Amino acid sequence: MSWHRKHLLDIESLTAEEIQTALDTARAFKAVGKRTIKKVPALRGKTVVNLFVEPSTRTRISFELAEQRLSADIINFSAEASSFKKGETLKDTARNLEALNADFIVIRHSASGAPHFLSRVLGAHVINAGDGAHEHPTQALLDVFTIREKKGKIAGLNVTILGDILYSRVARSDIWALTKLGAKVTLCGPATLVPKTFEQMGCRVTHDADEAIRDADIINLLRIQHERQRKTMFPSIGEYTQLYGLNKARLAKTRPDALIMHPGPINRGVEIDSEIADCARSLILEQVTNGLAVRMAILFLLNGGKGPQEVAN
Amino acid sequence: MPETTVILDTVAIQRGLTRIAHEIAERNEVSAEVVLVGIPTGGVPLARRLGDILWEIWKQPVPVGALDVSMHRDDLDQRVAPKIHPTVIPFDVTGKTVVLVDDVLFSGRTIRAAMDALNDFGRPRKIQLAVLVDRGHRELPIKADFVGKNVPTALEEKISLRLVEAGAPRDEVILERK
Repeated sequence: MSWHRKHLLDIESLTAEEIQTALDTARAFKAVGKRTIKKVPALRGKTVVNLFVEPSTRTRISFELAEQRLSADIINFSAEASSFKKGETLKDTARNLEALNADFIVIRHSASGAPHFLSRVLGAHVINAGDGAHEHPTQALLDVFTIREKKGKIAGLNVTILGDILYSRVARSDIWALTKLGAKVTLCGPATLVPKTFEQMGCRVTHDADEAIRDADIINLLRIQHERQRKTMFPSIGEYTQLYGLNKARLAKTRPDALIMHPGPINRGVEIDSEIADCARSLILEQVTNGLAVRMAILFLLNGGKGPQEVAN
Repeated sequence: MPETTVILDTVAIQRGLTRIAHEIAERNEVSAEVVLVGIPTGGVPLARRLGDILWEIWKQPVPVGALDVSMHRDDLDQRVAPKIHPTVIPFDVTGKTVVLVDDVLFSGRTIRAAMDALNDFGRPRKIQLAVLVDRGHRELPIKADFVGKNVPTALEEKISLRLVEAGAPRDEVILERK
């Protein structure tokens, strides 16, 4: 299976084979991270613009390091210190960056569909680093990469996503990736944040946390996205923690081999107890390591041209 | 329908590898300094076979590794992204004589990429090149030290190695004319 896409805009439009290709390629790049010299020349001479119109720390750092390890030249662009403040539109900003011969644009934006829009107006490769509540494809790829690495497979696993699903682009991308690869996905959280409509995506929806995680192989926790909620969606943080926070007592009722994931940033004492975040069953830091490998793999795959797959000896 | 010819059969491949192994042994008197590194996919099983023959000659095991060169190719944006194979070099190459092993030597660009990639793992004292088939048409100043068979070819012809290790019914090298 080879990769023929120019952009990575979402997981929804990818096939299971394309996801597997990305994961297999990421495995090779994870090995590069263990070498003494962690840099390869695959993107030498290419220019990557990191256009982070919405604040981000870990995703931006992860993309930057991935780009540097592939030997690309990097321009960082953040909303706080940019011409957006002066009223320039996204399209004009992007076209100006392209006039500098940018080859890749990695975009994080609060508006769903912003990366799709850019891919239509620009010639550069566009990578979605999170658009509104829509998708966060590299996060989903690193999540399934981590699960596959730890459990040896995805198909047939019970994966429970617990928390704020409604406002989470991670949840949407994860649901697409997991269901395409054959996992059984359960969504759980307060009814206001986990509406039944998600059943249309092929998931099971429940509002009982203990029941949701009882048979789970993977428990993926999501933080409450206060910045996207127009008003408070549940009575109090304290109540949320009591009903849906992962604590020792709740974890004791899960399968002993169930593993815990979280895309970060974690809110200790809210959705996850401090000691659980640091326990051996937590994959949180492993996810960060794998995120770097996945982003290197995506940049590498997108960089490929349209030519024949076969290469002369 | 492309016309195919077997240019090396099982016996000829074995004979070629045996000769290469003896030439490696002759050129490199201090056996403990030699390591073999195969280039995926064809070069990896060939490096293992050469390692086995050299083990018999030298009466001591020869370290064998695999080096994927896809991240170091110079044509990455001109073709579909290649499948990356594992790189396994479970030894230090610094100060060693590294014999790169590939199935077919053509433009020389794979070997250039391999030398570049190898540098990330250490500084070999020498790098030598062993190939089963040299088909000509070099685009870079690269020459093999050990060659199983020289096969003059036309550019549009294709040479492929089929080995039992890769699931083929028998070992052979095929020349395809379009």
